[in-house]
Amino acid sequence: MIKFIIKGLLRDRSRSLFPVLVVLSGVMLTVLMHCWIRGTESDMIRANASFSTGHVKIMSRAYAKEADQIPNDLAYIGVSKLIDQLNTEWPNMIWTPRIRFGGLLDIPDSNGETRVQGPVMGMAVDLLAPQSHEISILNLKSSVVRGRLPEKPGELLISDEFAQRLDVNIGETATLISATMYGSMATANFTIVGTLNFGVAAMDRGAVIADVQDIQRALDMQDAAGEILGFSSDMIYRPQQIAVIEQKFNQQYSDKTGEFAPVMLALSEQYGLSQTLEMISSATSFVIVIFVSVMSIVLWNAGLMGSLRRYGEFGIRLAMGESKAHLYRSLILESFVIGCMGSVLGTAVGLLFAYYLQVHGFDISSMMKNASMMMSNVMRARITPASFAIGFVPGILATTLGTSISGLGIYRRQTSQLTKEFEA
Amino acid sequence: MKNDVIIETRGLFKRYPLGEHTIVALNDISLHFSKSEFAGLVGPSGSGKTTLLNIIGSLDSPSEGSATVLGNQIESLSSRKAAELRNHHIGFIFQTFNLLPVYSVFENVEFPLLLLGLSADERKKMVFEALEWVNLADRAKSKPAQLSGGQSQRVAIARAIVKRPAIILADEPTANLDAENSHHILKTMVTLNKELGTTFLFSTHDAKVVQYLRRKISLIDGHVASDELCQPA
Repeated sequence: MIKFIIKGLLRDRSRSLFPVLVVLSGVMLTVLMHCWIRGTESDMIRANASFSTGHVKIMSRAYAKEADQIPNDLAYIGVSKLIDQLNTEWPNMIWTPRIRFGGLLDIPDSNGETRVQGPVMGMAVDLLAPQSHEISILNLKSSVVRGRLPEKPGELLISDEFAQRLDVNIGETATLISATMYGSMATANFTIVGTLNFGVAAMDRGAVIADVQDIQRALDMQDAAGEILGFSSDMIYRPQQIAVIEQKFNQQYSDKTGEFAPVMLALSEQYGLSQTLEMISSATSFVIVIFVSVMSIVLWNAGLMGSLRRYGEFGIRLAMGESKAHLYRSLILESFVIGCMGSVLGTAVGLLFAYYLQVHGFDISSMMKNASMMMSNVMRARITPASFAIGFVPGILATTLGTSISGLGIYRRQTSQLTKEFEA
Repeated sequence: MKNDVIIETRGLFKRYPLGEHTIVALNDISLHFSKSEFAGLVGPSGSGKTTLLNIIGSLDSPSEGSATVLGNQIESLSSRKAAELRNHHIGFIFQTFNLLPVYSVFENVEFPLLLLGLSADERKKMVFEALEWVNLADRAKSKPAQLSGGQSQRVAIARAIVKRPAIILADEPTANLDAENSHHILKTMVTLNKELGTTFLFSTHDAKVVQYLRRKISLIDGHVASDELCQPA
């Protein structure tokens, strides 16, 4: 009987082609939307983790309270010892100190007078230590637009957009004017060795990157850092594993009464990211519910139209001795086959588009000019294992649901009436 | 009543609501049919012929009275039991052939056997046997659209007869056929009636059919006007 049904489906295009195309479109959009949302989510996590939050961040308790203001006077002192302990305790994590700072970047002319200057947002990272992972974490090698990465102390990277605005060239000297950890004025000279395109609007507007030891010297922060970031070694954020590390660290190290005791915060606890991630998760579910509902309505109507056309066939099958329940089940089976075909094709097409967007992305830099969020300028889709399966939920559910509703017409009509309709 | 009676109706009424009125399609029909009969319900449109066939074929149920087919009370049969009765014992032939257009001749004739759950070998043997009876074995792979009207109706006969039912109900089987094809079809049915002992019950107002009947029941406005035995041509 299944063979009989499949033959009918394949030969009668109006019974299979239109429903398959509807399912294909819905599933394709579901898969694409899912990949797009997952891509946005992972881009956001990656950008925030790399530039700002890490998968975990350790700060002094006082610094953490006012982290938005980057209060380097409250930075954690004794970074080397703590990092050694962290490496011993969690050897599979990458631990790295960071100092964020603000200031003015002054570019002198040939006489040593100010030629141009501008406010900068600075980030001090471990660029020179051989075991450092910062260059790959921040993807610095491929972000270089002009010049090279620092190879020795006293060298500075500057965002390319900022460099163009200041009309600064590679090899020029720049003076950083900032404040030390103890509140006095600090100045330090650097050689600009490269310009970067971070791909994050907030950074591209005016950021500089220097080696952490240079900045520690410049800002009088010996063995101190505002933040120690921790990353899982494969750079994948796993909320549950990170929560375990966070809980253990805070139990072990954090003295709740000590203002300068270290405290660890997971990525999701910083800058309201947990709400954003929850919102993205809700959005994914919402998209799927919407697609299931819309497709069910469309397929219900398609089923109704198809059923009206097929009432005569149903009538003749009933006259031949097929029971209404058997006929109803065969329709559900048909819709299941259509759902499977549409889902397979829709998933394939959806993944194809998603793959294109994963590789090439969608440039939104023009929309991000004034954005302060750590968000990539190129939005990309991301194909996950779930992307291969997620389309089958609306694809099969909607077709079987649509048919099960429209097929009820078989029960509502007299058998003799169905038979008569064949003759119309 | 004779022992070989296979269809019996007693005081059968069928009423249809139409707005505030009620249409009486069948009005106190009491009839019986024996095994191997070749009988016809004759009358103008709206006389209740098709309604009576539908009730006997368990496609419809009476408003009042009883209809017994092969020992089954039609008015009290569940939908599933009615389907079983049709599946095993009743074949239908319709005015418009009612072949399933996407399936081949073989598959159309095979369908009732699929419902009976027979093996592929048994089905193949029985389908070709039925197609031989109607001289269409060579068109087994054709689609209904490739057949003439007469051939299509012969396929419908093969489909009705393939499971060797006790009863075949034919609703205006020659209405869409020319005279030559009509006679050909009717001769085939007469042969099957004689060779297989199948009871044929027609609904018709076609004079060509009437001349083949051995019993003619005239219906007028839903009641039996006459019930007479005839001498077929």
